Amino acid sequence: MTERAALRWVSRPGAVREDRRFVTGHGRYVADITPPGTLHVGLVTSPHAHARITGIDAEAALALDGVVAVLTGEELAKETDPLRQYLDLPDVHWRPLAVDVARYAGEWVAAVVATSRAVAEDGAELVSVDYDPLPVVLDPEAALRPGAPTVHTGHGTNVLAHREFSWGDVAGDVARADGTTQVRVRWNRNSTVPIETFGVVADWDEHRQLLDVWASIQMPQFPDQLASALRIPGNQVRVHFDVDVGGSYGVKRGIKHGVLAGYLARQLHAPVKLIEDRAENMHGGDFHGPDRIFDIALSYTADGVFTSIRIDVVDDEGAYPGRSPLQLAKPIGAIVGPYRVPSAVYHATAVTTNKTGQVAVRGFGQAPTNYAIESAVDAVARELGMDRFEIRRRNFVAPDEFPYRIPSGTEYDSGDYPAVLDKAVTLADLPALERRRDELRGAGKLAGIGVATCLEPGGGNAIFENIMNPANDKTTFPEACRLRVDGSGAVVAVVSISSAGQSHDTMVATLLGEELGRDPATVTVLRADSLSGMPSQSPVGSRMTIVLGEAIRAAATDLKDRLLRVGAHNLGVPVADVDYVDGDVVVRADSERRLRWGEIVAIAHRKQHLMPDGVEPGLEVVHVAHTPRSGGLTAPDGTVQLYPCFSFETHLVLASIDPDTGVVDLDRYYLAHDCGTVVNPEVVRGMVYGGTAHGIGVALYEQFAYDDAGQPLTQSFMDYLLPSTHEIPDIADDEHCTPSPFTTFGQKGAGEAGYMGAPAAVASAVNDALAASGVAPVMSLPMKPSDVWAAINRTTEGNS
Amino acid sequence: MGTRHRVQLTVNGERRSGDTAGRTSLADFLRDTLGLTGTHLGCEHGVCGACTVLLDGSPVRSCILLAAQADGHDVRTIEGVSPPGGPLSPVQEAFCETHAMQCGFCTSGMVLASEALLATTPHPDDAEIDEALGGNICRCTGYVQIREAVRVAAARTADDERVVVRD
Repeated sequence: MTERAALRWVSRPGAVREDRRFVTGHGRYVADITPPGTLHVGLVTSPHAHARITGIDAEAALALDGVVAVLTGEELAKETDPLRQYLDLPDVHWRPLAVDVARYAGEWVAAVVATSRAVAEDGAELVSVDYDPLPVVLDPEAALRPGAPTVHTGHGTNVLAHREFSWGDVAGDVARADGTTQVRVRWNRNSTVPIETFGVVADWDEHRQLLDVWASIQMPQFPDQLASALRIPGNQVRVHFDVDVGGSYGVKRGIKHGVLAGYLARQLHAPVKLIEDRAENMHGGDFHGPDRIFDIALSYTADGVFTSIRIDVVDDEGAYPGRSPLQLAKPIGAIVGPYRVPSAVYHATAVTTNKTGQVAVRGFGQAPTNYAIESAVDAVARELGMDRFEIRRRNFVAPDEFPYRIPSGTEYDSGDYPAVLDKAVTLADLPALERRRDELRGAGKLAGIGVATCLEPGGGNAIFENIMNPANDKTTFPEACRLRVDGSGAVVAVVSISSAGQSHDTMVATLLGEELGRDPATVTVLRADSLSGMPSQSPVGSRMTIVLGEAIRAAATDLKDRLLRVGAHNLGVPVADVDYVDGDVVVRADSERRLRWGEIVAIAHRKQHLMPDGVEPGLEVVHVAHTPRSGGLTAPDGTVQLYPCFSFETHLVLASIDPDTGVVDLDRYYLAHDCGTVVNPEVVRGMVYGGTAHGIGVALYEQFAYDDAGQPLTQSFMDYLLPSTHEIPDIADDEHCTPSPFTTFGQKGAGEAGYMGAPAAVASAVNDALAASGVAPVMSLPMKPSDVWAAINRTTEGNS
Repeated sequence: MGTRHRVQLTVNGERRSGDTAGRTSLADFLRDTLGLTGTHLGCEHGVCGACTVLLDGSPVRSCILLAAQADGHDVRTIEGVSPPGGPLSPVQEAFCETHAMQCGFCTSGMVLASEALLATTPHPDDAEIDEALGGNICRCTGYVQIREAVRVAAARTADDERVVVRD
């Protein structure tokens, strides 16, 4: 790890190079890509939450001028394989278009292809589908009961996965506790809901035997899975990563969209474009997020020292599980939060219901788990009458205990939790915040202060696949960087990912500039496609600064090694006697003797007679890096090293509640955050604010709700309430830095920052306000005005 | 399909025309007929504000305005906020300076809504900023840096005005 003081570009204020194209409207999103002759897809969707499809009549649609084809699920299934799932579920088939049975309202049943999107939609309305409705199951706990309707009849049960873990001396730790507080919390169904829906354009070149794909994608192994489902070799699918993705935060994994468009492009010998409209996205995109019921038991001594935690969770995956059940395993790597808890029990159950499928969402299950843990911590504080800050301080892993191994076997890399909490308290001026709270109370409001102290695991590996299904033995999740110094000495860095607002071009240029001692502004960053590029898992799991950072370091080291060998050879000294200094090769004993960057480049590209033996011409290197600390499988006792790095955040929020309406207003919002060494301060604070706003939405506004028949009640953005400037207060953030010992410059993950703690903090604030008025806490998110109002009035009625 | 209309309008200072179906939205007309893809579609039902353009200087949602309704009007899209290849507008500069975006998808609408605000209210207070941008949803930023950008642009405009006054 490089000392921070020596850094010239990392952590320094610097322009974000992506921004200029966005402010001028010159981003290039998938909807902007329309090859000549493009055909457009409209979708026929199921109006029933569960129904047998008994007939599809496409005659009227096909008769419409401009309609080219209508594809049913049965036809598609004959020539494609089901979409990849990560559990062994041989009788659960996930396909782009339903076959025989539709399992949720909004599921795609047929696709209409036409010369324009408008005509495709007209055609979709003319497709007549006969359904025979089947019983529905919507509540995940009801789905577990004997006799419940089954979503996948062949599977025989609605349980998709059930895993039980116990780490440490649970019985002993519970027995020595003076108390155990049990809480039940509900994290209702929401998602990240990017402003850009999912879209894909596919174009099959018959003569080259190549499928070109442009997609708003953020998904590991998308090209491989696309090829596999289409039954064509992987080297015939070329996914282009130079597409700007209009937000994702985990969910842009449109594999079913990709397979459908790819199949149609191959069949119709024309480019095919599928851009979801908002209703298709919300109801049938298979993009919903975790939908969980937690039962937590937290044991503690009379002094408020935690001794053991038990978490039972039921997660509603919707109709098709895909990768989503793996989100139950990721939190195992931070199952005790930032607290010193010597033992833990974790029971995780994945259930299927008649709702659209769940997919990876920002944090991969960590934010709901953090909310559950923090709810239990606050409940213990209420039980003991202990200050919520004090109980946290008393249980924090101490700064001198790192690396700290938690009961589930994961080591936390580094941290200074008390210092970060202190920073938040100072930033908020807690006494002033308390005065403001009291003013609000004096003005007739309910008011409360919320606190949450949460971890963000970063540097995502894929070991959760192995945890949930031992047959999955994937132990690496690599990233790669290619460096090229051209004949004029200009540097190009190539990566094989698409980005959804994470400013990766800026990050790569900054890190590479630092490695090479060259101004990042002179580095060009390019995106390879999936065939010309290198192995990559995409920017998930707060991993790019960490894992791509490692690839950049290693590639830069290889490049510098080559420069050193050329330099030493021409300076007539052993390689051991020269140093690399900002591009030049310098004799250590005599810094006047040096070969300059331009001279070395010229030799490497054009002067074989000056090259040392064994050095390749040109200056091009590729490095593929493992995730730090990965490589092992889950141990037989269920212990495992999950992610390598742990960022930490403390939220402090003042909530004000109108007792007459139950409407919550966030009056003040403060946050202290530690992601180790910050690469770009503007980018990191943006992540922190944005994740916090997303978490505020989860806490107060956002829910995909269904009626008893499984019809989505959240029909549009008039119902699914994304927070606006009116809801999000100015958020103040103070950064702390505890470098990670496992990364190149001490950086940790930040892509899920803010979202890790905001839902818990807002809930804490609302419940603090309610508790001060003798109202029982609301233990379910979102805390809608009706929920808060009902809680207040239940108490009022009870007292009257 | 309905009727077809000949639409003539001024877009970013240029006279543009085209044939369009009666049901075609202004957003689709701008994107598909005129190739101005800087206008983005987020919800297509008038809530998210990503498709905001200026119609005779006022922000409108081009997804729920028909192209035919814009006939004879003046439209400014994000492509017309600053000259191609030329200097950015103070609002665009401020958005870059504060990194008031991430994925960029809502940015076109945000910049145009901010331009419209500062054109009518050069010195907005915080409540006026929140009101002016309240119909534009950003999922990435939490609005903090967007508010900063508007304040920076407003302050800079104010500085310029002072210079003019002194001259």
